[in-house]
Order: sequence, then C-alpha cells, then structure tokens
Amino acid sequence: MKLYCLSGHPNKPCNVVTFKSCTLMLDCGLDMNSVSQFLPLPLVASHRLGSLSTWVPRDADSQLEGELRECMNRVFVNSPPEFGPPASGMMDFSEVDAVLVSNYHSMLALPFITNSTGFSGVVLMTEPTMQIGRLFMEELVEYIERTPKARHATRWKNYLRSLPPPLGDAEAPKTWHAAYTLKAITAALAHVQIVAYNEKIDICGALKVTAVSSGYCLGSCNWLICSEHEKLAYLSGSSTLTTHPRPIDQVSLKNADVMIMTALNHTPMYNPDSMLGEFCVAVAQTVRNGGSALVPCYPSGVVYDLFECLSNHLDNLGLSLIPMYFVSPKAESSLAYSNIFSEWLSSTKQGKVYSHDDPFPHAHLTKCGRLKPFKSLHAEGFSSEYRQPCIVFCGHPSLRFGDAIHFIEMWGNNPQNAILFTEPEFDFGEALAPFQPLAMRPVYCPIDTSLDFTQARKLINELKPGKLVVPDVYLRPPAMAPHRTDLILMLEETPLTYSEGELLNLGIHRRLENMGVKPNLALMLNPSTIRPGLCTSTVTAELHIQDNQYTLKPLEDSDDESATKYPQCYPYGNLSVDDLVQRLAQAGFTDAKVEELSGVFIITLENDSGIIKISEASTHIISGNGKLREKLRDILLECLSSY
Amino acid sequence: MNKRNSLHSELPVIIITTSNQNKRVGGSHFSVILPMPEIKVTPLGAGQDVGRSCILVTIGGKNIMLDCGMHMGYNDERRFPDFEYCTEGNLTEYLDCVIISHFHLDHCGALPYMTEMVGYSGPIYMTQPTKALCPVLLEDMRKVAVEKKGEANFFTASMIRDCMKKVITVALHETCQVDKDLEIKAYYAGHVLGAAMFHIKVGSQSLVYTGDYNMTPDRHLGAAWIDKCRPDLLISESTYATTIRDSKRCRERDFLKKVHDCVDRGGKVLIPVFALGRVQELCILLDTYWDRMNLKVPIYFTLGLAETANKYYRMFITWTNQKIRRTFVHRNMFDFKHIKPFDKAYMDNPGPMVVFATPGMLHAGLSLLIFKKWAPNSNNMVIMPGYCVQGTVGHKILNGAKKVEFENRQSVEVNLAVEYMSFSAHADAKGIMQLIRHCEPKNVMLVHGENAKMEFLKQKIMQEFNINCYKPGNGETALIPVASDLMVEVSLSLLKQTISSTSSSTGVTPQAPTTPALPSLAPTNSEELDSKKRMVLHGVLIMKNNKVRIVSVNEAWGELGVTPHQLRFTERVEIEEVGPIPALTSMLHSLLSQKLGASQVQAVNEYQLSVADTVCINIQDIDHTKTVFISWTHQDEALGSKVLNIIKSNYKKS
Repeated sequence: MKLYCLSGHPNKPCNVVTFKSCTLMLDCGLDMNSVSQFLPLPLVASHRLGSLSTWVPRDADSQLEGELRECMNRVFVNSPPEFGPPASGMMDFSEVDAVLVSNYHSMLALPFITNSTGFSGVVLMTEPTMQIGRLFMEELVEYIERTPKARHATRWKNYLRSLPPPLGDAEAPKTWHAAYTLKAITAALAHVQIVAYNEKIDICGALKVTAVSSGYCLGSCNWLICSEHEKLAYLSGSSTLTTHPRPIDQVSLKNADVMIMTALNHTPMYNPDSMLGEFCVAVAQTVRNGGSALVPCYPSGVVYDLFECLSNHLDNLGLSLIPMYFVSPKAESSLAYSNIFSEWLSSTKQGKVYSHDDPFPHAHLTKCGRLKPFKSLHAEGFSSEYRQPCIVFCGHPSLRFGDAIHFIEMWGNNPQNAILFTEPEFDFGEALAPFQPLAMRPVYCPIDTSLDFTQARKLINELKPGKLVVPDVYLRPPAMAPHRTDLILMLEETPLTYSEGELLNLGIHRRLENMGVKPNLALMLNPSTIRPGLCTSTVTAELHIQDNQYTLKPLEDSDDESATKYPQCYPYGNLSVDDLVQRLAQAGFTDAKVEELSGVFIITLENDSGIIKISEASTHIISGNGKLREKLRDILLECLSSY
Repeated sequence: MNKRNSLHSELPVIIITTSNQNKRVGGSHFSVILPMPEIKVTPLGAGQDVGRSCILVTIGGKNIMLDCGMHMGYNDERRFPDFEYCTEGNLTEYLDCVIISHFHLDHCGALPYMTEMVGYSGPIYMTQPTKALCPVLLEDMRKVAVEKKGEANFFTASMIRDCMKKVITVALHETCQVDKDLEIKAYYAGHVLGAAMFHIKVGSQSLVYTGDYNMTPDRHLGAAWIDKCRPDLLISESTYATTIRDSKRCRERDFLKKVHDCVDRGGKVLIPVFALGRVQELCILLDTYWDRMNLKVPIYFTLGLAETANKYYRMFITWTNQKIRRTFVHRNMFDFKHIKPFDKAYMDNPGPMVVFATPGMLHAGLSLLIFKKWAPNSNNMVIMPGYCVQGTVGHKILNGAKKVEFENRQSVEVNLAVEYMSFSAHADAKGIMQLIRHCEPKNVMLVHGENAKMEFLKQKIMQEFNINCYKPGNGETALIPVASDLMVEVSLSLLKQTISSTSSSTGVTPQAPTTPALPSLAPTNSEELDSKKRMVLHGVLIMKNNKVRIVSVNEAWGELGVTPHQLRFTERVEIEEVGPIPALTSMLHSLLSQKLGASQVQAVNEYQLSVADTVCINIQDIDHTKTVFISWTHQDEALGSKVLNIIKSNYKKS
C-alpha cells in the first residue's frame, strides 16, 4: 500500500493510494491561494485599478511592461487569475481507477485530472457533492469569463527572483493554470458516478469503497477503502459540530489499519460558534447605523447557517425589514437544491420534511421576500429592488472576481459600511490588498466547522487506527502564528507524515484473502478434530479466479497427475510402539522384534526383511519389498493421528 | 424453547460423520458450517392475488416480512394479513425486520395494525419519501373507515404516528446493516415516488423483492433499475403478467382524446385516483394538454390531500426523473396551471368538467359519492386509470355491471361510459422479463398477480431462462433450494504459490496469473488461462471458532500447534549390473531424466542422486551386489513410488 502526495495544501488535498493493484485518487482540490497575486476583475472598467502604476523588475526587458501593477507597495499580476492544480509529474492520471471525492470543496481541480490526460476511471461522489460542486465550478468560470482580459500574463514568471514578496515568494507559479471552461466542467463531470452514503462500490473486484457521512457540509463524506481483510479510512473535512449537514458517522471509521487525516480547520484559533455570534452582532450594528454589510461567500455551505442565524438575530432586534440579497449566478440553484437534499441533512432538518415543511428556513425567507436571490448585479429586477441599508451575500471570497468587487468599489469609501469575512480559506488582509486604501470596516469572523486539533486528537483516540498519516504541516504551528505551539496535532504516538511530492509506503502486508468453497467440495471434505473446537482437513482442489474472486471446486479428474502428487493426509504427534506392535500382530506380523536403543525403537520383521525405526516425531520404514512397505505404511498411519 | 430456535435462527450446521475407512484417533464426527440450503417463502397476502401484499421469507436463518399491506376489497378481518400464521408468540422475537416497498396501502396499510395492535417493536425499513407519504395515506384511509363508515377497533391517528417513529429510512443503494449478518439495499422501482426494490443478503445468499415496479420511464418518474446482482431468488410482482402494453404515447393520446371528446359533448369526466402516485402523472399530462389546446373546461382535484401531495413531490425532486430534476430550479412540474381545488358543491354544477377524486377503486369516499351522482347520465364518463381489486365498485363496473348495489339497499344505474386505461406503473410481461434478464436470478417467484396469468408467465420464464419459477398461494410455503458457497479465508501466500506454480510449470506467460488483483485481467484472459492449465490448490482447511481458513501445509503446523510426525520410507532394490558405481549412477541419472524431465534430477556425487530435492537415491555395493536405496518422506509418496517403479521396472533382478 503506497501513498503519493500530489498536493501540499492540507485543505486542498490530492493524494493517490495504490493497493491490491488498484490506483485510487483521494480528492482533487484546487489550490486558490495563487489568485491573491492577481489584480481583481471588476465588472465595469475600474478607473482606479486601470491607473495603478506598472512595476518593472530592474533586470527585466521592456516586454514585461504592463504585466505587473503596484498598489500600496504590493505588486500584482495584471492577468486573468491562475490556480494551482495538483502536481502532475508524479502520477500518470490514465492509471487512476477511481477518484474518491469527499466534498464539493475538494473537487474543483477535477477537469485538470480527467480531461486530456487519458483518464478512463470513474469519479465517485455523492449527489449533493456533484450538484453543488458543479455550482461552485460553474460560478468560478462564469465570474472569470464574464470579465475577459485581453492578455494572459506569463513573462513575469521568468523574473521570479527579482520580484518583491509576497509575489516573489509564490510557490512554483510556472505550474499554475488558467481556469477551465464550462465545456471542460461538463466533460469532467461526465465521469462521475453518484454514490449514496454506505453504498459499497466495487473497484475491479479487489476493493470495496464506501462513502460515510463526515458532518462537514451537504453530502460531504469520508471514505473507507476495504479489502476483505484490510481497512483504510480517509478523513477529509470532517466536523463533529452540529450544523445543517448529517452528523459524522464515527462508528464506521473505527479500527482501520491505516487512517489518513487531512483538511482540518483552516483557522484553529477561532471558535466557529463565537464567530457566528460576532458576525450577527457586527452585521446588526452596521445596518442599525445605516451602513450596509457585504459578506463575500461561496454559493453554498456555511452561508445557509448565516441566513438562518442572521435572520433570527435581526428579528430579535426588530430589524426584520433590512433586505438580504444573495447575488451569484448560482444563488437560485443553491437555494433550490438545498431544500431537496433533505436526506443529507441533520435529523432536525430532516424531521421537518415529515411535517411537510422545507428543511431550511431560507425557503420561507425567499418566499416572503426577505432574502432575494439574483444572478448578478445587472440581473433583471436587482436595481429596482436594491435599497440601502442592506446585507449582500456574494462571491467570490477571494475578492479577485465576482460581484463582491463591485460592492467594494461602491461602498469602500464609507466607514459606515462593513465587509465581513466568514470564509476561512482566504486571509482578509491579502484579499483586501488591491483595494487599499479602504474606509469600509473589515470584520474578520472566519467560520470553519471542520475539526480543530483538539477535536481531531479526541477523534483519533476514539477511532484507534493502526497507523495514522497526516500532512507534515500539522506537526508545526501555523505560519500565521508561529509561537502558538499549542496549534499542532499533539499525539502520544508520532504519526506518519507527508508533504507534496512525497511517496510513502504505508507498510500494510496482506496475509489473507477470501474464497468461496463450492458446497459439493465442502461436503466431500472429511475433517478430523485436533482438539475440541479445532478441526482440520487436507484439501486438494481446483482453484478458479474470475474478476479477482477466488473459488475452490472439486477436481474434475482426480487421477490427474497435478493432483495425485499431493499427499492425502499428514500424520502428526508421537507413535505408541505398543500400539504398533499390537496392530502388526493383528495384521499377521507376529515375528516383530522390538529393540530399544537410547530412545530409538527398532522393530525388525525377520521374515519380510523389513525394519521400522521409531524415534520422537519420526518413523523410518526400510524395506526391499514394495507391497510390504505399503502394508506397513497403512498400519502406521492407523496408529498415528493425521489430517 | 422459543419459536426462534426451532426456525433455525442460528446458522444451521450440517453434520458429517467420518466414514470407517478413515478412522481417526482425535474424534469421531465433525461439523462443517454451510449456509442453510434453502430459502423459505410464505405469502400472507399477494400470493396468486393482488392486494394485501405481505410476504414472509426466511433466508440464512433470518425472518423478514416484505410489505405489510391491507386488502381494499374487504371490510372484515380479511383485509389484514393473518399475523397469527407466522407465530403464536411474539412478532418482535420472530421477525428480524419489516421492509415496506412503497406507500400504497396494499403494501403498508396494515403496518399500524401490526405494530400498535398486534405488537411489533423491531426495525421497519422504507425510503424517506415512503416514510413521509405513508402516514398521509394511512390517516386518509383511517378517516374514511372510522369517520365515514363508523368502524370501531381501528387504529388511531396517534397509533399511526407511533408506528412511523419505528421506521428507519434507507437511501437508494445504501447498504443498510440490519444486524451483523443481514444487510439490505434499496433500488429505484419507478412505481410511485419513493418506491423501491430491496436486495436482501445474508452471508452468500440473497434475494430481491421488487415490490411494484415500472420498467419504462414516465412523465415524472424514472424506470426501475437494478444491477446484475445475481440473487438466489427474485420475488417479482406480476400485475400485468400477460399484458404487453402498447406504447405509452398511444395510451396517452387515447386518454386525452376520450377526455376531450367527453367534455366537448358537455359530459363530466370522473377519474378516481389515489391521492399520491399515478394522479401526479395524469395531472402533468392533462395540465400540459389543456395548455397546448387552450381548453377552458375546469379540471378539479380533491382539496387537501392534493396540496399536501404536491408539496411532498416538490421536496422529493431527487426521486423523480431526469427531466424534472434538471428543470426544477426554474419550473417545478408540480405547480399546475389549470388544475383547481375541488369543492363538493361543484358536483352539481352544470356543464362539462374533469374531476380527479380519491380513492382510486371507487370503494369509498368522494370518488364513490361523485360516481353515484354521475353514473346515471350516459353523457358522462368514468376513467379507471389503474387496477381495481375484486369486491370494489371499480372492479364491478369494469366487468360490465350495469347496476351497482350498495349496503343500504341503494342501487345506481350505470349508464355513463366506463373506460379502463392502464396507467398504473407496473411492469408488463416484457418489463418483467427484462428485469429477470438484467439481474440474472437463480430462481424467480411471482406474487401480486392473478393466478391464471401468473401460470402463463411462469411457463414463459422457465422456458426462456431455464430457471425454476414459483407462485405460492397465500399461506403456502415455497422452499427454494440454494447452493451457496462456503466462504473461507485463504492464506495469500498459498494462493500466490498455487498461481505461480501453475504458470511456471506450464510456461504460461507470467503476466496474468502472478498478479491476481490486476484490474486489466480481463475475463477472456483468465478463461484462456483456464483452458491451458487448471490450477490445483493443495492446502489445509482449519476450522476454529466457526471460522474456516485454508493455509499451506507449512503454515498449518504452526496454527494447529502440533508437531508433524515424519514418515520416511527407504526401499532397497538390488540390481544385477556389473561395472563401477559411478557408471550406474550416471545411467540412472539419464534414465530418470528421460522419464521425469532433466531439470528434476540432480547428481549429488558419484553415488548419489536427488529427484526434485525430495527423493534421495543412494547406490552402494553390498557384498558385490549393487543395491539402490531410494528414500523419501510420506509427503513425497507420489514421486517416491514413481521413482521406485521406474528403477524397478528397468533394473529389477529377474
């Protein structure tokens, strides 16, 4: 069992595990940190962004001109944004039998894996992961495609060493890729096979993989990869908190031989519950003071909880009339889908279905007009609906594309407005850098419900995996808080670790396999009891292999040489000399002469010139007459226990 | 002793007594654990009959009840299955689980009676939409029975709620572990929203129960689907065992034309339906037709239930067909434009109208009320869109009754046109055959159909697939013999050794067999391999704590904790041969090489040979007689005696 690590970003995992000749990819996350190095893509040409001065490294030729722009001492690339797909050199993607996707955050690199790589496997994911993942991918592409840039900057990558940080520190920009297209998404998703929780999926007859609920988001799962005798658990993005998704299934994860654990909390120093409280308070405060609140968000996920908690909070404060706008090309779809996936929700939300209520309160909020979904700012009806103060939920949390950019440009110079960062993935300072100077109030309240280190440790202690594998960064404090030595995964036993580009041998040695024995063969067997509760029998039979399944059948032709070369029984234990002599006498060998010489008995049969030499655990028959030997052999076997 | 034990709740054991010829010292008889050799099925309802589906099965020692329906044609105790049949004692003790295939009352109507009145507190499995819709229909039926007909001793509304609390939901394709040995898995059945077929597996034995299913997709549901699961038994419904239905499109056109003609001549159309199920299909059909033809004649739907139903349909979009799922974000198919809620007062309105009214077989409620009103007028029409069980008014008029009598000596002349259009989403004969072809069962059992039609289909199945087909009646028990493999563990090193020794000894290209788990090992490849050489596995089977394992002989010694007793044989053969010993040695060498293959024979020194490293040959000169000693252990008996025979037959002193 081997593990290839194709992504160093623990929250954008991509690993490949090979086991029993099967090659399985675990997640294919898309690293989006790279986009912060790019200038935002405004909906309408922005005078401010357009007039940023160009920046040229000292040793560059003039052709680089215009690719880099400077804003408040930060250098940005003036180009459509690029992303960091999983490393491609380590692995031939055409060899991958299946991609197991844990949740919609961990599939955004799928087109890079499946399209024009010769990939011919299946991509397994749950229905919500597929539907919402599609929304995420399409939203990303639509945001980028609707604000096309004339030029794709590439030359700057040749001058990395002359670039100031953080751009100069960017990791391997040459491996970055421009976004894919809508067509590429459709092609990639054509490989998807939908799975249910606890559905056992057969991989080449050799392995069974199963998705089990991980409690992190709609349709999110952990994976069990099982042969008949070994079990590998892959945990990615799990939560033990109670939010809207179905709770984590811990029992199924127990007693794995190997457990790989990744995608723990982005922001372990912030408690999601108190952040949610702070968020509601900050929004209420902003709108009460006449300001508007901007919440950059993804089209699905924690945003559902934000709608629910915020509307309750505003109700309590008598601010029910403040409109909430949900602006995204996928807003309407996201709301619609969330209410048909009741089977994937917490039991409270699922229970609402039985009293024919919609599972999420945002269905009601939408119906009564408090929450209004719009495809974009220029969608029909938005300008007539729009009034301030208001609360706008819109993408993209990176603040490099999407309608959020327009709202920042529009509201940025008013200190009464606020921008609230709830998505934990992006550093808010980085995100806001190209918009500086900004008067709008930034509020940082990251809400990440996935396991923090304490919860992870607790879970590991409960699950008791044989071996644990984690990204090596989990054994170091976060880069943002190097002094916080408490923010590491502290375990009694040091786990195996991996980092990008590494190949790990997980050291699982298979010993057993399962096999079917045909009933007619089973009935032919003649087991003997070694001691009570332990029976045994020698078996010589025909082995059939089909689709990696083994079956044992009776031999068709028992005279076949390949079969008769095997003995029919195996004697064991010691021989009683007296018993033997008695039996010999019964068989007509009355002249047996027994001699003992230091523990070795020698029985001589004078007439037949045969000698039987008996010592502990071995007997030697010496004869010059085949018939005699066979006779003696049979008598001996009768005296001995055998199977 | 409780009933359970007598019904083989434990895995049964086959006792094998060792024969005399092979008398053993250790013990006299032994047991091999093999799965029970048969599946037992007893329909308590739906055996050669439609209505009151309830089938008891025993598989691998587990007792399972499939569906728990009531009969719509009876008002007495016959409407519920006879639970006394399966046990005099406790249902909870006897049954391992109850599985409900879909929400129709002939499949779930007796459930609250069973759980709350007879007493059953074990697990009940159904899909989520079934769990949501079941209580709606049960409550509706209860109201009709108790409030309209004044029946006493019926289950109450709170009993329905308590009953539903015992339900565990299963998602499609989820493997649900009922207990350590019993697992169930639901497949899409396409009959109504949430309808499922169930695959039930205990160890290596399995069966599939289809419930009601439909093999052709319609306007709001997809087609039934199951993978090639090769169950030991397929229990299939057979409502339309002899029908091969014309194309759906024709039937729909026919339906629309009949409705249109009737309202054109000013008639009223009554369509008795069940609140949930086919009615949604017909609503979509009529709603789009009215839209296209720009018709103004009102269409009504019984109030209350309809709204509830449509609301559920909107929430369970994931259970509808592809098209509805694709478009639901923008237009939900269950928001109808032309269909308005019905009020009782409308019944007497003049002029044409179309009314969907419940229940579907004209056995009670509003549909029967409207029927009584409209039946005498020959301008009107009633369209029965589904099957009607015996005893219902629907069944009577479909059989041409011109006058229907009621309990209170009322009677009604039937002058209106009676049309029957099969819109119930059951598989027809073609569909049933298709499902059998698809899942490749080893046996088939037909239920939920009429005896004569079943017999026809049974013959057809037995002919076409060459498998057994059963159709037990209610209360009859069918025993289906199954031969299932004994599942054992096998040591991987023994497997590898077996595979590689076969491939090396036959010179098969080593690619395929050396890597047994290679995914590219195509079936053709392994067949080729089979034809070239059979693989013979030789090992030791060990039974310990009811677990069976096969290991190699060497591994076995350690596992058994006994020491081998080495049996060695040495045969003396005197040879009349002059000349030096080394010459004889080399002569024997070439003789054996010729007979056994050169690679097998090694010369150890001038007077010693070794065959396959196991048989030793020693040549000595004793008293001027050349004597060959051939020595081998009991393990190598076959080779040893062969070598002996070769030498004897060539050199034996005459």
